[in-house]
Amino acid sequence: MLVTVAAVLALFAVYQLWWTNVAASASERQAQTQAEALFAGGTPATWPDGVPPTGEPFALMYIPRLKSRVWGTPVIQGIERPQLAAGIGHYPQTAMPDQPGNFAVAGHRATNGEPFADFERLRDGDKVVVRTSQSWIVYELKRDRIVTPNDVWVIKPQPFHHDPLPSDKIITLTTCHPRWTSTQRWIYWGIQVAATPASGPAPAEVS
Amino acid sequence: MYGWIWRKLPGTTAAKVGQCVLIAAAIVAVLFLVIFPWLTTHLPIDQVTV
Repeated sequence: MLVTVAAVLALFAVYQLWWTNVAASASERQAQTQAEALFAGGTPATWPDGVPPTGEPFALMYIPRLKSRVWGTPVIQGIERPQLAAGIGHYPQTAMPDQPGNFAVAGHRATNGEPFADFERLRDGDKVVVRTSQSWIVYELKRDRIVTPNDVWVIKPQPFHHDPLPSDKIITLTTCHPRWTSTQRWIYWGIQVAATPASGPAPAEVS
Repeated sequence: MYGWIWRKLPGTTAAKVGQCVLIAAAIVAVLFLVIFPWLTTHLPIDQVTV
């Protein structure tokens, strides 16, 4: 019986550390292909409500500092398990890229594809590039905090009252902290510093 | 438990080994495809949102 329990626990570790990443890698490739198909028309994607339906990969993200993990990574509408296991999830109630407000996204730091596995490498001044059907958008990271899971203020349109971020178009990255447990959340904020048409050349950070 | 299963399985030793492999594979499949995905939704791990 003890042997059985030990075997099941070991299998659970294999499932978490290996299988979820294998499954996520397949889902991510599929979402990436979907996003590229959305861009291929060359016309801006439109949706009935102005926002993509849940599960729709509507953008690709590039973070030069995290190039081995976040490079053409699909950004998917929604922050439930299926979306987070196929890429980076967009908080549905927050702004879309290049719109006034807070473009807030979440990504796994361990298991399930773990796009933000190297989150601790990020520094103020790092660039985050988002490619939508319309634009290349470049954000510059400005500040980070470790907060509790209840700190929903972090995804507000302007999270800071006293020392606001110097733009009305901001990005928020959220992930878990510490990496292998989820008692806290690590948040990184940035501001939009450039937006160019998707039909034009890619920004220098990506090319 | 394992001894009891072994004695219940019919056939030669080779046949018994084959059946054990099949049973183990079925158990792993159920764990990976049903039990573990369900379990992770009920454990406070790999949560990344506020």
